[in-house]
Amino acid sequence: MSAILGQIGQIFLVVALAPLITGWVRLVKSRLQGRIGASPLQPYRDIYRLLQKEAVVAHSASWVFRTAPYVTFAAVWLAAAVIPTFTTNLFLAPAADLIALVALLGVARFWTALAGMDVGTAFGGLGASREMMIASLAEPAMLMVSFSLSLISGTTSPAQIIAFILGGGVGIEVSMGLSLAALIMVAIAENGRIPIDNPATHLELTMVHEAMVLEYSGRHLALMEGAGMVRLTLFMALIGGIFAPWGIAVPGANAVGVVVGLAAFLAKCFVLATGLAVFETMIAKMRVFRYAAFLGGALLLGLLATVFLYVSEAV
Amino acid sequence: MLIAAALSVFLALAVLGVLAGDEMWRHRVIYACCALACAALLIGGLKHLGQTPGTGPAIILPIGLPWMAAHFRLDNLSALFMVIVNLGTLAASVYGIGYCSHLPEPRRVTPFFPLFLFGMNAVLIADDAFMFLVSWEFMSLASWLLVLADHKNPENRSAAMVYLMMAAFGTFCLLTCFGLLAGPDGAYSFPAMRGSLLTPVTGFLVVLLAVLGAGSKAGLVPLHAWLPLAHPAAPSHVSALMSGVMTKVALYGLIRILFDLHGHVSWGWGAALMVIGGITAVLGVLYAILQDDLKKLLAYSTVENIGVAVIGLGLALAFKDSGEKALAALALVAGLYHMINHSIFKTLLFLSAGAVITSTGERDLGKLGGLLKRMPWTGAATLVGAAAISALPPLNGFVSEWLIFQALFKGPSLPHWAMKFGVPVVGAMLALAAALAASCFVRAFGIAFLGRPRSKAAAQAERVPLTMRWTMTVLAVLCIILGAIPVTVTDALSGVVQPLTGVHFAVSADLGWPWLSPVSSTRGSYSGTVLVMTGLTLFVISILLVHRFGTTKVRRADAWDCGHREDIPESQYTGQSFSQPLRRVFCSSLFAARETVEMPEPGDLAPARLTVRVVDPIWRYLYLGIVRVVDVVADQVNRMQFLTVRRYLLMMFATLVFMLLVVAVRQQQ
Repeated sequence: MSAILGQIGQIFLVVALAPLITGWVRLVKSRLQGRIGASPLQPYRDIYRLLQKEAVVAHSASWVFRTAPYVTFAAVWLAAAVIPTFTTNLFLAPAADLIALVALLGVARFWTALAGMDVGTAFGGLGASREMMIASLAEPAMLMVSFSLSLISGTTSPAQIIAFILGGGVGIEVSMGLSLAALIMVAIAENGRIPIDNPATHLELTMVHEAMVLEYSGRHLALMEGAGMVRLTLFMALIGGIFAPWGIAVPGANAVGVVVGLAAFLAKCFVLATGLAVFETMIAKMRVFRYAAFLGGALLLGLLATVFLYVSEAV
Repeated sequence: MLIAAALSVFLALAVLGVLAGDEMWRHRVIYACCALACAALLIGGLKHLGQTPGTGPAIILPIGLPWMAAHFRLDNLSALFMVIVNLGTLAASVYGIGYCSHLPEPRRVTPFFPLFLFGMNAVLIADDAFMFLVSWEFMSLASWLLVLADHKNPENRSAAMVYLMMAAFGTFCLLTCFGLLAGPDGAYSFPAMRGSLLTPVTGFLVVLLAVLGAGSKAGLVPLHAWLPLAHPAAPSHVSALMSGVMTKVALYGLIRILFDLHGHVSWGWGAALMVIGGITAVLGVLYAILQDDLKKLLAYSTVENIGVAVIGLGLALAFKDSGEKALAALALVAGLYHMINHSIFKTLLFLSAGAVITSTGERDLGKLGGLLKRMPWTGAATLVGAAAISALPPLNGFVSEWLIFQALFKGPSLPHWAMKFGVPVVGAMLALAAALAASCFVRAFGIAFLGRPRSKAAAQAERVPLTMRWTMTVLAVLCIILGAIPVTVTDALSGVVQPLTGVHFAVSADLGWPWLSPVSSTRGSYSGTVLVMTGLTLFVISILLVHRFGTTKVRRADAWDCGHREDIPESQYTGQSFSQPLRRVFCSSLFAARETVEMPEPGDLAPARLTVRVVDPIWRYLYLGIVRVVDVVADQVNRMQFLTVRRYLLMMFATLVFMLLVVAVRQQQ
């Protein structure tokens, strides 16, 4: 299968699959909380419903408010397009590495935060301010993870890292474990999951992401929600791809390999989504000013992962 | 020839500037002529960069001291900086055509502006220490006079005082540095210095003095203290030059000495510079986040970006000393790329701050808001600049930070343990600085340009003159272009770094043109070109999909705000409230940031007050400490003013004996 075909498949796969993963997380959570819960297909219906509704835009909003949903969605989509899901043979893989990935997510956040401030309400500013504080710790943590992964595998490109690990280049390493822990913590923060943020909350004082998109409605809200779903899928592909790369199709794979890759990706997503639901049910949300401890921990874990590499090299 | 002509035009314009008087069209003509001369210099620089790598002919002019001729020469490094400098000066001059009539006293600005341009350009082509220092002082003093342009404000006067002292300190360090490089024979021309052999101690001192001298001009922590005072005090187009361009001239001096004149800088200095750069970057951006004054915020952000560029220079020195020439070239290209980028977006942002001040009269974030609707062009250009300085792809700021990260990630391959452990820490600092910069500029742009106006002046902001808008638009477009075609830029830079690192910087050949893969094709690559194209495609696809499956109806209504209906713009987040979480997380120990709440007694109608106190540790402990020591010493020395003639004679005699003893001892050796 050629790289371009793989790339096109990947671009549409992430968007098509993202609502299902979110729906599955919600379903497992409801079951764990003793509710029946909606079908995992509910997010598709929600998005379709939002698309049908007219968009309400505040009088005080400028063009930034109306552009931001499209930019945010496109940036997250682009980021998701370069992380290998079912195949590492992607045309766009050399266009962006892990550093560029962090920055692409930064683009989405930059626009969302600006959109939050555009209407000129107190909540928008509150959300933007908190989101940027979280990002200022989560981004360095993610870059530290990239650093230790690049030291282990000699590359910052996710497709190449996966190829390296599949090639048996890495045994069980302390650094990989620490990186995994740090990456999961970053993923929780970036996706606004409990204990950092609660995607289901509309309680005024605890909102972060929701506060920024509070003024959105209709198709704009659909795009913002869609961007969140794609972002969750992206992190699952990243964690599943790097730390459990088995089954992914490599360049030169035949049709069977691609089908196996798809099945493996689906399986990884559902394991991770179930894990996320269980984790979120088990713990409570943190106070805003305790985030620094959580994310500072992720940053230190990332640094430790690099230091442990030297130690293991020296031994 | 072109360059010499342009430089003499600057000097002539300075004289004409004095004669311009109060006629506004004369000022406009002078700025327009400045712009032409800058364009000529820009073309000269670009032409030289396009030629085969090598140095231009040396030009020796019989000016200066009687027994010293003045040497000039244009090589690739000078040509590159000539391009960087004159991009900024060209923009500022064109902007000045429209802006000069909005200044309170244009007569105090116009004569010194061409002098400032002359000084900066002359530093770049100087080929001997004497001309270098004279031009350097031209640059410092002309900018000092421009800082004093609005001299009625006491804050500006004290800023100018601090600036003058720091400039004197910097020049003193550079003078001593060149003295050591020249050696006892006084070989003051650069070609002679290149050949000289330095003892380890002299070599160490040369680097130390160069870092102090050029670093104080560039704004390295802890020598940055004057920068956020002086840069904002000048008129905005001069602030843009001081922040965007003059700091680059300072870094040019650093590169010239450390990579060219000094034959062999040890890796330890590279490591030290890298760490200083990291600290500068983080502290600079933290200071910036705390500022409410738009121009001060930009000045502190300059400190941050200088730190980022210096990380690249430090890495390049460390790699060079360890024999990793290809990586040294990568790190140096990354540093230079960042300097180009910073000069463009910082000039843009300062010019936009000038536009905001022109149309509202306010530079306090707390009084702005909603300007994007009143000033659409300025707002859009500022948005591009803010995104570029926040290192967001596909703009130029991201490419240079990406290259620096790639160089940093190769740092552990160095044999020294200090580098192995230092590199991850500096990496974390750089990542932190980049993330905080994004917060800082979301805050600055969001508060000033978005939301609802927080004052009457902001609500009635007017569009600025066409020349000002054009300049900003062109700079914004440059931010996009330099981000979208990174490989073309690095190819141009490879000719500059070749003589300095001894190796041709090349992107990996097996991926080809738009793919930037500095180490090898599997090592990690980036392509701004492909990202822009794919990103735009996905952007269009999402618009088409949404409009295909949904409605395109829009209804304008009041803001919902969770049901709080209000018309009070004060209820919006302000700069202070936006930075509160960051202040609590990062600044409570570093800057001893404290918040106190004064609640009125129940029944009392007085407002509750929240007071924030932030202490600048460097100013308080370093600078005020020095001031105290100087005071004490001055008091002691003061007594010597009131001695009798007898005692003075005795002291002269003692000094003479001491000097003779020194000479005798030295001759013994």
